[in-house]
Amino acid sequence: MSDHDKIYSTKFQDNIERNTLLMFVVTAVAVAIGGIVEIVPLFYLPNTAMCSSALAGADATCNNTQHKDNSGNTISMDKIVWNPATSAHKTLDEWQAGDGVRPYKPLELAGRNVYIREGCYLCHSQMIRPFRDEKDRYGHYSIAEESMYDHTYQWGSKRTGPDLARVGGKYSDEWHRRHLSYPREVVPESVMPNYYWLSDGTVNVEETVQTMKVLTIMPFNPIPKTIYTDAYIDGAAAQLEGKTEMEALIAYLQSMGNHIKFEEGVNYRD
Amino acid sequence: MEATQATPVKYDMEVVRWFTIAAAIYAVVGTLIGVYIASELAFPFLNFDLPYITFGRLRPLHTNAVIFAFGGCVLMATGYYIAQRTGSTKLWSNGLAWFTFWGWNLIIVSAVVTLPLGLTTGKEYAELEWPIDIAIAVVWLAFGLNHIMTVAIRKTSHIYVSNWFTMGMIVMITYLHVVNSLAIPVSLTNSFSVFTGVQDAMVQWWWGHNAVGFYLTGGFLGIMYYFVPKQAQRPVFSYRLSVLHFWALTFGYVWLGAHHLQYTALPDWTGSLGAAVSLAMIIPSWGGAMNGMMTLSGAWDKLRTDYILRFLVVALAFYAMSTFEGPVMSIKSVNALSHYTDWTVGHVHSGALGWMAMVAYGAMYHMVKKLWGVEKMYSEGLVNVHFWLATIGTVVYVVAMWVSGIMQGLMWRDYDEYGTLTYTFVESVSAMHPYYTMRAIGGLIFHIGTLIALYNIVMTVSRAGATRSAGSVPAKA
Repeated sequence: MSDHDKIYSTKFQDNIERNTLLMFVVTAVAVAIGGIVEIVPLFYLPNTAMCSSALAGADATCNNTQHKDNSGNTISMDKIVWNPATSAHKTLDEWQAGDGVRPYKPLELAGRNVYIREGCYLCHSQMIRPFRDEKDRYGHYSIAEESMYDHTYQWGSKRTGPDLARVGGKYSDEWHRRHLSYPREVVPESVMPNYYWLSDGTVNVEETVQTMKVLTIMPFNPIPKTIYTDAYIDGAAAQLEGKTEMEALIAYLQSMGNHIKFEEGVNYRD
Repeated sequence: MEATQATPVKYDMEVVRWFTIAAAIYAVVGTLIGVYIASELAFPFLNFDLPYITFGRLRPLHTNAVIFAFGGCVLMATGYYIAQRTGSTKLWSNGLAWFTFWGWNLIIVSAVVTLPLGLTTGKEYAELEWPIDIAIAVVWLAFGLNHIMTVAIRKTSHIYVSNWFTMGMIVMITYLHVVNSLAIPVSLTNSFSVFTGVQDAMVQWWWGHNAVGFYLTGGFLGIMYYFVPKQAQRPVFSYRLSVLHFWALTFGYVWLGAHHLQYTALPDWTGSLGAAVSLAMIIPSWGGAMNGMMTLSGAWDKLRTDYILRFLVVALAFYAMSTFEGPVMSIKSVNALSHYTDWTVGHVHSGALGWMAMVAYGAMYHMVKKLWGVEKMYSEGLVNVHFWLATIGTVVYVVAMWVSGIMQGLMWRDYDEYGTLTYTFVESVSAMHPYYTMRAIGGLIFHIGTLIALYNIVMTVSRAGATRSAGSVPAKA
């Protein structure tokens, strides 16, 4: 028996080591399993904010998500995710804080593009965890539905600066303008770069309008065409014309975190 | 090692030479950007009010430069080198290998142009926009095809363990890159993920952690399994351990991504599952680290004289340390403190500097001597200087981030006797200043090491230049 014919492990392992195709196939199967087990269920289970998809069609129940109020009654999903059909407020312009999660208005969307472009997510998270200190510092913990329209999520992974998930309404527009322009004039210890030059640039109208159109054709959680109606998208350009990137970014920051009216003591994650 | 052929094989090594030189250059560039952005956090005036060099735009360039430019060139250099030598065969296609060299470098150049311009997908570690993503897929598949076919046409009976790891990396990175990059473009330079919120986060960290698991760990374990035995001139300590190491990591690593999302809106079960498998991964990871270390059994004295071996062994020590630290950080109660802090950044760098870069330099020095047919580097002493700069730089960096990370976590959750938060957020920011400075210094020390390595490699090559043959070197394996 030559050295090359000797089997040092099992016959199966030995076969794999001698056969490139077999090794390729076994490896390709082995590495696929974990991802399938952890990712695929997130498209079918409740509490993952999968509320409509091109694959499963519109699903107003978000895979049968059931948040229970303090009396044990199911909270209607319409209270969590804004539904113009059942809400007293029928359009994005009528929408009011507490009506439920809504898509971004055109200027906010343009601001979100600036947020992504400048890599804000590298220092600021948008995901509040269910801890006492985070509640005191930032507010109610974030729930899945709140980022259901965020194509390219912005939860972040690092807090060099504070969490921004509920920054909306916390400061005035003027505070934001001054803070974004020269952070250290407002907060001396800040390490954020100066962004005064955002006031020099105007928003990219064409790209923002195109973004709105694309968001309505997304395979997962597209923005309903009952909200981004053709007329609404057509009117977006007029809202964006001449706005600076600074105004857009502030509009985006002010839109965050006040969509849902949370009830004290209710567990929104089960 | 497999038995070598009686007649010397003419290998295709010119492309390996170019990848090796490119890697040495990108290490200098990538760490320089890292030092600069670290300094920006300590001294924010360094942003100079120039949009192109703000932290938010340069940070993706830093990660792309070290992971994909430096790491990628090392992986392709060693992938082609090892597949040929362990199979006693030339490359399946030398032309395709050159396509991957120019293609990969073109991608790197496009990253250098687009990221400072703010053209980004906004996905961490996958910032490059969709046209570049398509180019990455094409070049990566060309590399994968060439590597696997070179393994397939080997003259030896068994596939060597290094090539298993490289093959695992090729398959997994293909899956990850394709799924995580699924997006709809709105223009040539902008696109949005097809996923939102929970699903996007899970897909992103499935990608993010397995870029670490299969690219920065699996791929570099392939390097370890070839160059440690070669440099120590000893067989791998345990073949059976390498079998267990490979299959356990290949099957298990995939599950870990969810531990990046503990206590977020991701369902609890997913994060807990990720943490459970993370803990289980300590066993094969340490098995692999031991396998590499014990390969020196009976040759430990070489560490006194062989500076290249020092790189490889200290890399294994950092590998063992990081693969213990990672699972600990995945435990929910620890993660509650460590998440969002600099501890994570420190953990990444103990892996990236201590393990990945150190094992890469061990392999690069070894290859440079073989590829240019010289007995010694231009200066063996400078290899030792580089070793100490790399080791000290990494330790300074990691210690700074441990202190700052744990301090941040503790300050954020601290309450005074009246039941109110003790510290405002910005107090935690100003408390970080000394550690951010220390981190920049640690990074600078490491960076100086990469400069010395580049100098040493260039001088070695230029000295050997006159004597080496143009196309290929004879096998001396």
